[in-house]
Amino acid sequence: MNSRKDPKLPVRPSGGVSRRGFVSGLGIGGGALGTGLLEKEAVAAPAPANLIGPGPAAITLTINGKPVNLKVEPRVTLLDALRNYIGMTGAKNVCDRGVCGACTVIMAGKTVYSCAVLAIDAQGKNIETIEGLAAGNSLHPISAAFVANDGQQCGYCTSGFVMAAKGFLDEHPNPTMDDVKHGLGGNLCRCGTYMGVRKAVIEAAANMKGAKNG
Amino acid sequence: MASAPDYSWPPMEKRKLIGKPIKRLDGPQKSTGRAKYASDLKPQGLLFAAYMGSPHAHARITKIDTSEAEKMPGVKAVHIINPEGTEIQWQGMEVAAAAAATEEAANDALRKIKVDYEVLPHFVQEADLKQAGARGKAAGERVTGDPDKAFQDAEAVSEGQYGIPVITHCCLETHGSVVQWQGDQVHVFPSTQYISGTAAGLAPNIKVPIANIQAHMDYIGGGFGSKFSPGKWAEVCAFLSQKAGGAPVRLFLDRKMDQLIAGNRPSAFATVKLGGKKDGTVTAWESNGWGTGGFAGGGSPPLPYVIDRIPNARQTFTGVSVNAGPNQAWRAPNNQQAAFLTCCALEDFAAKIGMDPAAVFDKNFAYAPDARVETYRYQLRKAADLAEWSKHWHPRGKGASGVVKRGLGLGFSAWAGAGQASQCRATIHVDGSVVVDIGTQDLGTGTRTVITQVAAETLGLPMGAIKLNIGDNSLPVSGASGGSSTVGGVCSSTRKAAMNALVKLFETVAPSLGAQPEDLEAVNGKIQVKDTPAKSLAWAAACKKIAAAGQISEMGENVQRSPGGLNTQGAAGVQIADVSVDTETGIVRVNRYVAVQDCGLVVNPWLAQSQVHGAVIMGLSTALLEERIMDARTGRMLNPDMEFYKLAGINDVGDIVVHLDIRPENDKRGIIGLGEPPAIAICAAVSNAVANAIGVRVPNVPVTADRVLAALEGRNA
Ligand code: FES
Ligand code: FES
Repeated sequence: MNSRKDPKLPVRPSGGVSRRGFVSGLGIGGGALGTGLLEKEAVAAPAPANLIGPGPAAITLTINGKPVNLKVEPRVTLLDALRNYIGMTGAKNVCDRGVCGACTVIMAGKTVYSCAVLAIDAQGKNIETIEGLAAGNSLHPISAAFVANDGQQCGYCTSGFVMAAKGFLDEHPNPTMDDVKHGLGGNLCRCGTYMGVRKAVIEAAANMKGAKNG
Repeated sequence: MASAPDYSWPPMEKRKLIGKPIKRLDGPQKSTGRAKYASDLKPQGLLFAAYMGSPHAHARITKIDTSEAEKMPGVKAVHIINPEGTEIQWQGMEVAAAAAATEEAANDALRKIKVDYEVLPHFVQEADLKQAGARGKAAGERVTGDPDKAFQDAEAVSEGQYGIPVITHCCLETHGSVVQWQGDQVHVFPSTQYISGTAAGLAPNIKVPIANIQAHMDYIGGGFGSKFSPGKWAEVCAFLSQKAGGAPVRLFLDRKMDQLIAGNRPSAFATVKLGGKKDGTVTAWESNGWGTGGFAGGGSPPLPYVIDRIPNARQTFTGVSVNAGPNQAWRAPNNQQAAFLTCCALEDFAAKIGMDPAAVFDKNFAYAPDARVETYRYQLRKAADLAEWSKHWHPRGKGASGVVKRGLGLGFSAWAGAGQASQCRATIHVDGSVVVDIGTQDLGTGTRTVITQVAAETLGLPMGAIKLNIGDNSLPVSGASGGSSTVGGVCSSTRKAAMNALVKLFETVAPSLGAQPEDLEAVNGKIQVKDTPAKSLAWAAACKKIAAAGQISEMGENVQRSPGGLNTQGAAGVQIADVSVDTETGIVRVNRYVAVQDCGLVVNPWLAQSQVHGAVIMGLSTALLEERIMDARTGRMLNPDMEFYKLAGINDVGDIVVHLDIRPENDKRGIIGLGEPPAIAICAAVSNAVANAIGVRVPNVPVTADRVLAALEGRNA
């Protein structure tokens, strides 16, 4: 493209920051800076074992404990791998920049924004997604608490919130309301479900303890 | 023939499901990630599309070359949306799109499309009207009474300037759809607020008969007024599918394009002058406003808001055309701007005469529509109680000493919310199963749940006995979910359809109960002689008797202008913000927010409360954080994303106290919609609370830290 006035302008509006450049430039989890959730939980990027790409590479992801083989270009994010290649669509693509948390999954026990992780870098780690949360037809206590406290309206942020709550409660089984307000600060909802989400996370904590002790 | 059935709502004390806090029916689907949104769909052979807009705010396309893009591996279709010669009027305005086997390939293809632009001068900032020149179009002056004389005679006059910026809808699911165009049939899976209107919206643009377009949607990730029409993107998606030989294509805007072109709320700025008596009665209003809704200019908010019978008034409004993306309806169009300008001016008048604004608001509610005056006054008292106004309010800027200042502020709202035109079909099968068909959609507002409540209540069945079909344009037509018109419309048509079917069932079973059809009722899973449970038939046994006909299937219709008492319009609300402002950092925290709201007969107070919570949180987000920031030099939006276009997070909003004004006198009015009303007054209440806390008005929302500090230092920001 040539712009007579300003030839250096980006080719297309979203071309200013490439996903690859963004992720490699800031490190995985860098997109979470200032949003609270991942600041102290950022996962370090592993050094590449060998050079692959730019064409599709065969990779194996461990999703909810099961190996999944697929071929993706190295630039494909874990989120896009889940949604577009594997067909697991619980995690949503909302900002694609590590801001909103709609794509939250748990990788190797750490809560991550899957839009800010490359699929090839997610190999060898167990990736917990919302699809793996429920056993059969019964709701996981966190999902049940979201239903009971109306922690969802349109529901587009809800999978991310539920997984963020899971990651948070795994590390903070006895949270105060204040802990919840800080711990879930890395997820955004446009419909305004925060009142329900706050109560849901507290209630889920209580129910999960009950389940463990009982 | 029997006379028309009595459709009226059962009396409050007899209701079993209506009016009860029933949980959202689709909650489990959403909280397990199983709910499938259009953006989740991946039919066999799906192609991914990418959508390209102009980087310039104003330019002419002089050349487009797609040849290289078309040759790229994996690329199945390239479509030019606006051809050479098109004058671009905003950044992001469509140029071309591509569909490919992977999302990566589609994006690569866009990078290979060569576009030459002749860049033209742009204008993107409307906050200073003096800069607008010929881009401003003044609507004529409107005068009531004799404002000049009224201002001369006034015992006090206050004056202020206020501004509320352009904000974007920022739905978490961006705009888009999946479309498959095979032969002469087009299948559309949109993210829409109007499934019944999708085909008619799309048909003329792709030149396919409406009858050949099938539209289906189960879930939508937010709309807020920006997803009524299928959008240019749906039409482009259809062309891509056609060019790709009928493969299904998924085209959803990326976040940047969504922020640039998929909708925003117009801005409004105004100088407002009030004159009146020292007892708080306003006698004169003058406002000179301006704002923009994009290239087409701006609509004018209805001023003065609610208290529109001030006897002497003069107002002007100038719509400003800017080179920025077009506005869309935004949850109570024009009302948030009007409430903000009016309530801020009223609070400033109260401060000027040294009166408690609650008393001034109360007095001037006399200028509200007659039927609502007492409602507003009641709600003001209720809100003041809940916010502990008498304990925490202090004269402006005269709170406790210390760095962090607390303040309270008021706002009010009005909205029509009459039920939309809606048709529903209720079918009772011979095995007792029941199907309700209605071409509406559930935006997360609880539409599925309230329809099921009404059908079950009417038929005397549990909720689980009703199978509900929505979200498809083959179903009986219902309106768009907007303007708070859905709940009244769909509940009324469902009530009528279910009642009509029930009357047919009564006619069938009456002989076997030895009664007349009109003596029967449906309660607790039985058809019985009224108040005589001993003479009854279980639901299933009753339905067996319709074997001859196979089923009973009846329609019900809500007619907008004659809802027959089932729904009505006219909701009022009063809200109070309680904030703390750090005068060293400028940071505003909301301690508590009180919302008192009437909406007639409340079908589900649990979901109604969620609606109010959601509206308030969205409003707090706009009052504290949200603003489209345009760069004058490049003409571009500086924050077309979610990291610098800030939405409130879970810790950015304080406690929210909702009081639904459920009283028999409100209930008997019928159902009134609730999406809009509680979303209107928040910028007003927060701005007023900040002024009360720090002693000076921060003229513009969002009340960001820099604006607070500038106001404290006496600078304008
Ligand atoms: S989509 Fe990953 S954080 Fe927003
Ligand atoms: S429920 Fe709609 S975005 Fe959170």
